[in-house]
Amino acid sequence: MSTHEDVLSSENLPHEPERATLEGKNKFMGFWFFLGGETVLFASLFGTYLALKNSFGDAEGTPSQELFGLPLVFIMTVILLTSSLTSVYGIYHMKNQAFKKMMVWFTITVLLGASFLGLEVYEFNHYVHEFHHTFTAHAFGSAFYALVGFHGAHVAFGLLWFLTLMFRNAKRGLNLYNAPKFYLVSLYWHFIDVVWVFIFTVVYLMGKVG
Amino acid sequence: MSTATVEKPGFGATLWEYLTTVDHKKIAILYLLGGGFFFLLGGLEAMLIRLQLMLPDNNLIGAQFYNEIMTMHGTTMIFLAAMPLIFAFMNAVVPLQIGARDVAFPFLNSLGFWLFLFGGILLNLSWFLGGAPDGGWTAYAPFSIWSSTHGFDFYAIGLQISGFGTLMGGINFIVTIVNMRAPGMTYMRMPLFTWTALIASVLILFAFPALTVGLFFMTFDRLFGANFFVPEMGGNEIIWEHIFWIFGHPEVYILVLPAFGVFSEVISTFSKKRLFGYSAMVFATVLIAFFGFMVWAHHMFTVGMGPIANSIFAIATMAIAVPTGIKIFNWLFTMWGGSIRFSTPMLWAAGFIPTFTIGGMTGVMVAVAAADLQYHDTYFVVAHFHYVIVGGVVFGLIAGTHYWWPLIFGKVLNEKLGKWTFWFFFIGFHLTFFIQHFLGLMGMPRRYWKFLPGQDLEVGNFISTVGALLMAVGTIILLYNIIKTSVNGERSSQDPWDGRTLEWSLPNPTPHYNFKQLPLVRGLDPLWIEKTQGNGKLIPAEPLNDIHMPNNSFLPFMISLGLFITGIGVIFRPDSNVAYIAIIAGLVIAFGSMFIRSVKDDLGYHIHKEDLEEEGAGVE
Amino acid sequence: MKGWMGRFRALFLLSGLALILTGCGNPYLSALQPKGEGADMILDLMILSIIIMLFVFLVVMAIYVFVVVKFRQKKGEEDYIPKQVEGNRILETIWTVIPIILLLILAVPTVQYTFALSDTTPESTEGEEAENTDDALWIDVTGKQFWWNFDYRDTSVQTSQDLYIPTDKRVYIKLSSGDVIHSFWVPSISGKMDVNPGKNENEMFIKAEEEGVYWGHCAEFCGPSHSLMDFRIVAVSPGEFDQWMSDMQNVDPEAEPEDSSAREGKQLFSDNSCMGCHAVGSSPAMMGPNVTNFGDRSKVAGVLDYNKENIVDWIMDPEKHKPGNSMTGNYTIPSEEDAEKIADYLMSLSPSEIGPDDAQDDDYVQPQKKEESEQEGNENNDEGNSNENNQEENNDDNTNEDEEN
Repeated sequence: MSTHEDVLSSENLPHEPERATLEGKNKFMGFWFFLGGETVLFASLFGTYLALKNSFGDAEGTPSQELFGLPLVFIMTVILLTSSLTSVYGIYHMKNQAFKKMMVWFTITVLLGASFLGLEVYEFNHYVHEFHHTFTAHAFGSAFYALVGFHGAHVAFGLLWFLTLMFRNAKRGLNLYNAPKFYLVSLYWHFIDVVWVFIFTVVYLMGKVG
Repeated sequence: MSTATVEKPGFGATLWEYLTTVDHKKIAILYLLGGGFFFLLGGLEAMLIRLQLMLPDNNLIGAQFYNEIMTMHGTTMIFLAAMPLIFAFMNAVVPLQIGARDVAFPFLNSLGFWLFLFGGILLNLSWFLGGAPDGGWTAYAPFSIWSSTHGFDFYAIGLQISGFGTLMGGINFIVTIVNMRAPGMTYMRMPLFTWTALIASVLILFAFPALTVGLFFMTFDRLFGANFFVPEMGGNEIIWEHIFWIFGHPEVYILVLPAFGVFSEVISTFSKKRLFGYSAMVFATVLIAFFGFMVWAHHMFTVGMGPIANSIFAIATMAIAVPTGIKIFNWLFTMWGGSIRFSTPMLWAAGFIPTFTIGGMTGVMVAVAAADLQYHDTYFVVAHFHYVIVGGVVFGLIAGTHYWWPLIFGKVLNEKLGKWTFWFFFIGFHLTFFIQHFLGLMGMPRRYWKFLPGQDLEVGNFISTVGALLMAVGTIILLYNIIKTSVNGERSSQDPWDGRTLEWSLPNPTPHYNFKQLPLVRGLDPLWIEKTQGNGKLIPAEPLNDIHMPNNSFLPFMISLGLFITGIGVIFRPDSNVAYIAIIAGLVIAFGSMFIRSVKDDLGYHIHKEDLEEEGAGVE
Repeated sequence: MKGWMGRFRALFLLSGLALILTGCGNPYLSALQPKGEGADMILDLMILSIIIMLFVFLVVMAIYVFVVVKFRQKKGEEDYIPKQVEGNRILETIWTVIPIILLLILAVPTVQYTFALSDTTPESTEGEEAENTDDALWIDVTGKQFWWNFDYRDTSVQTSQDLYIPTDKRVYIKLSSGDVIHSFWVPSISGKMDVNPGKNENEMFIKAEEEGVYWGHCAEFCGPSHSLMDFRIVAVSPGEFDQWMSDMQNVDPEAEPEDSSAREGKQLFSDNSCMGCHAVGSSPAMMGPNVTNFGDRSKVAGVLDYNKENIVDWIMDPEKHKPGNSMTGNYTIPSEEDAEKIADYLMSLSPSEIGPDDAQDDDYVQPQKKEESEQEGNENNDEGNSNENNQEENNDDNTNEDEEN
């Protein structure tokens, strides 16, 4: 059994520090289940989006084919996918107990995530001002912003989580107590990434086609 | 550290202990109190419904108030009474049954409870702040979107907050059961209550996010001008129905499966036999849960989904009858050849079997899609789901209350009063609801504020109300029993029912670390094995060692309080800008508390070996 | 399709249970005393499912009673430890397989009837020759808080609250809502169907097999007066229906009533702009119930007994009778005297001789068809059996492709 001091010490970390303690194992598993629940959440949002896509009722609206501009969305996709890759490097260095390198890669991840978020804000702003495609204009708008916005909120939360962890542990280095936390946030980041791939396909590509 | 002392702490200290506790046994008591309170509230609402419907064209209560009561009865009973009471027993029993010292996430456990409580309080505040929700617990759009009071704002925000709590509880119990079983406690040695708790938790995990999304949509539509369910703006009201029932149908199994678990424990214990067909029981539980996700649209046969969809959902629904039937027969054959003691818990189990069988029968009847065109939204359906929910869940909860009361509070509830409770409640129940099958077929739709004379519905409704009064008497006796036992009941032995599972192997009261040494489990019904093949004591699986325990925390209370305040702000934002203060203040409290939780290390503490030895070593 | 299920039902009728079931409720309301094709089919299904379920229940109860009586702990046997049985594969297989078989027996007619009841294409009714070239009768039903509007398609005939249908054929209805979700339910005629707003319109057919005034309810919660959103189906014989239809088509909304009080009432009705909501004759607005044949209504506002006193009462204070209705607060409350005059006017609106009374007498009037159908001798038929046969044949004849729109 480990005592307080063991958990917070940076010495002699095992190869998989995120799962070395019972608490870590619980967190690891609980988080996977949480992501299962998140999947249902996004599935519901996707279902609703598909049902309400291009549905304007009596209101005026721009159909998805004219609304979306693929180049911007493509750049966003590349940025987010890259950030997922950089977080993998972060975890790779965590397992090798290279704390500084890990922090560098996570910093890059955060920067990429922030630029994704910036582009998304720009995109929404563009829709609102050029097409009056707003949340309240019609059901299509509601469903679009709900789905993409929920994802955006997840990105924002992921960034905050990364930043909090990095600031809190900047001076402490890696230990058995915070290793699971770093691992989970990167897991979360991958999940966000996967959801985006679906959004890119279902919302943007399929929206452009038909 | 280990304070198993006799001296009584003061009231303030006790209150603080409960506000900050992360101990699953104390959280169970909190859930029991919270859920019990809302159960009584929901019961009161039920009585008002029945009194209004006692006579034709009755004007005892007005239409609007009736609709609020009818809505709140359903919402309260499902979300604020049955769910927390299920969680109460899961908390009280599951860690002990699997031989764990705690749950996987004690902090989240506490947070789950406080979220539930604040969500429930928020929802019920609607009574005092402009009116409760008034469109039925199913809250069908667009009625719920256009309802003029703040009722459905409270519904959406209140259930959202308590729903988060439930989701956390679900994840917590999955991980607890998967990761924290004692040595030798394999999956196929887990008591059936633990199994059902596990499966119900999985259902929670996959069902509640759908509700979360639905409630977000409702909130956006009502308070932020979105158009998900507004037909004129391209919205589609049927989406709500789908989302609600994708959550709502598994919810039924979330409630009833743990109740099945309780009965499996009770029947096995009081028949002095191991559960007949244990693996079939486990398999049936998993199968019911699996089917439970594929049948939601049987609540929507009249919506106009077309004959193909209706047929598919009808047949999928009928299929659920098979595993349920397996369970019924397995219970019967557990009793077969046993030595049955009809103590109060067993009496409830015995009452459950015929009652639930009737509920299952009518369940198959309403699954017949074509015939459901007559049953749907009538008192036939009201009767059916009360046979399932009361006959299954409430009977199970009351059986569990009597069965595990000695484990939770160290005292056995009065047997004589327990039997009175049962007979009043049981007879009252059948009187209330059996006749309602016929009322439905005779043309009485549900959610009717009044029925008019001249439809031959008078007799049935009157009988139903009389039955409801008997149920109320039964509940009052139960309440009296609880108070009486708490005040002057005697402390019971550690194993009053001749139990078979690990929770009965612990001393009374249960130490807050549960097991001094984790026990070695040698098979199904581990305590029974030791009783018949050993010396009646569990063999320790580890040497006596320091025990790691989590710290108490006030943060869960603060986080929930913050969300509660934010919720009120969001509801009243359209009325006044002052609401923004509440929104921001609440968010500061909630996220501030979360921030503290993130940056402050919480490593827990250790109970030292030496202290444990003082209390006498060895597994009890 | 009806064959074996019908036989099942006959068998069931012999047992005493039938008495309990079919003796239940009001003959013009209860789903257990079907007077229409849909309700009839559904009762067959109900009975089949009840028989299967009762069988299961009896088996369970037999074992249950035996176990509870036989295996109670006896005095002096407190220490007896029963054999710890793990299970029994054969038994467990039996109670898995038998329910599956029972459910399959139930599943087949379930699917059949589900498809049959949702069939709203007039041409698919299995008529051999399209002898009867009459158009199928389509009615657009609109539910609103808390009343019903019935628009007879292609005829400019509109009514509210009372739906007139002939007894000889399926009537097709399309359901849509003007506000929240309602549900159209006439238990003794057929099952219910939701009445949704927006794009989710539904269709169903209803067919009354006997004349009568049947209760209809709203079955989906729709607001404070959900329980008071009643309507009636007035099922009259085909000849009477034809007459009613032609009377309604020739209605003159401007016609002056004979009675002087009613004449003043008519003036008041237009002066107070009651007509803004309540049309006499056909109107697309449908703000409030159409009053074209108010003089023949079976109930006032769907729930009150039909008499002048109640009409006046309603005009003076509708909120008292139907909380949450849209009339309250949207008109100037007239003096009691004026209200009486308006009531006189409304009661004078009776453009057709055919009313609810004709549905309750034994008069069966044959339709006046252009082509003579074979059932000549049925004019005053009071023998239910041959009557029913004719109706069924008529129904079969009712096939036409022109009726698509």
